[in-house]
Amino acid sequence: MEQIINIFVKAVFTENMVFAFFLGMCSYLAVSKTVKTASGLGIAVVFVLVITVPVNYLLYKYILSPGALAWLRPEWAATDLSFLSFIVFIAVIAAIVQLVEMVVEKAAPGLYNNLGIFLPLIAVNCAIMGGSLFMQERAYRNVWEVISYSLGSGIGWFLAIVAIAAIREKLGYSNIPKPLRGLGITFIITGLMGIAFMSFMGIQL
Amino acid sequence: MNKRIFLDPLFKNNPVSVLVLGICSALAVTVKMEPALVMALSVTLVTGFSGLIMSLFRNTVPNRIRIIVQLIVVATLVIVVDQILKAFAYDVSKQLSVFVGLIITNCIIMGRIEAFALGNKPIPAFMDGIGNGLGYGMILVIVSFFRELLGSGTLLGYRIVPQSWYMGNGGFYENNGLMILPPMALIIVGLIIWIFNAGKEWSK
Repeated sequence: MEQIINIFVKAVFTENMVFAFFLGMCSYLAVSKTVKTASGLGIAVVFVLVITVPVNYLLYKYILSPGALAWLRPEWAATDLSFLSFIVFIAVIAAIVQLVEMVVEKAAPGLYNNLGIFLPLIAVNCAIMGGSLFMQERAYRNVWEVISYSLGSGIGWFLAIVAIAAIREKLGYSNIPKPLRGLGITFIITGLMGIAFMSFMGIQL
Repeated sequence: MNKRIFLDPLFKNNPVSVLVLGICSALAVTVKMEPALVMALSVTLVTGFSGLIMSLFRNTVPNRIRIIVQLIVVATLVIVVDQILKAFAYDVSKQLSVFVGLIITNCIIMGRIEAFALGNKPIPAFMDGIGNGLGYGMILVIVSFFRELLGSGTLLGYRIVPQSWYMGNGGFYENNGLMILPPMALIIVGLIIWIFNAGKEWSK
């Protein structure tokens, strides 16, 4: 249990997707002009991460990782399909994003109107793919740890994009040197926020 | 014509500083120059060949499934790059860890396929891909140059700042530890964009 909470806190703060690994930067920069759209995209990212990362974990554990096929037939214990993981992960992500889009459209039209435009964007959001790849690299022990990790990194991404959107709304009123306006200052502010987030380093529960 | 397609993305339409594409996956690899160079090369190859392949397929792939086809083509190329790196440059591939896989979701690749390769002949599409990959790699190499020089006092692993200058050896110099932290990459990119834009204003 402690381990699960620890993974969650680490994923939100010390190993924040945006500030520590720069994942999902494209949509982070493009959609962070107002808080409303930013939180819409943020929620969509949390949603998709929590579904795709555990699914990819199960696929990796029971099909792709070295020797994983032994449960099907003992003589397949020597096969190693892990080189296929990139293509499987991205296919799963693209398929699940499509599925989520259809389900949300039918089941919750209100939510679809808010999230809908962001869902196709998410298939190529590096944060989603990054979540699956980090899951593969870090070798979590069971599916609960993976769920806690994916929820944590989703919420970390949500926090980051809402925070930068709020700052950018305020920035509209400040007097920035002209060549630095827009993109340049956003990068520098993200860097400064990243330095602030580094102070969470070393927190253990 | 081809020359312009090739050179434009380096300066005038640099994918990172002007079009804001593809910063996603790669800034985390800019602490040292060597992984940054390898990353730049890998991305250039993938953008070039994915442009070439998708341009060859542009009339045969139905519009509705083109995103999936693009993802599969790009993912296959990335797997090839990953296997080559694992075979010939194992240390660097360990340093790059997940970021090789993240080339798949690099927005430059999908962006250039959508914007250029699907509407043009294979050779220009290939040139466009290579040019954009290099434009992106250039930013990576510039960032890693400053981070390695100021953060570790070396370039490509060779010592630039002499040992005798360091505090520990009775000198006056100390490495800037801040440069090694991930957020500094963002700040340096911000400064590069500032300089690019200021240069544009100035030359008007």
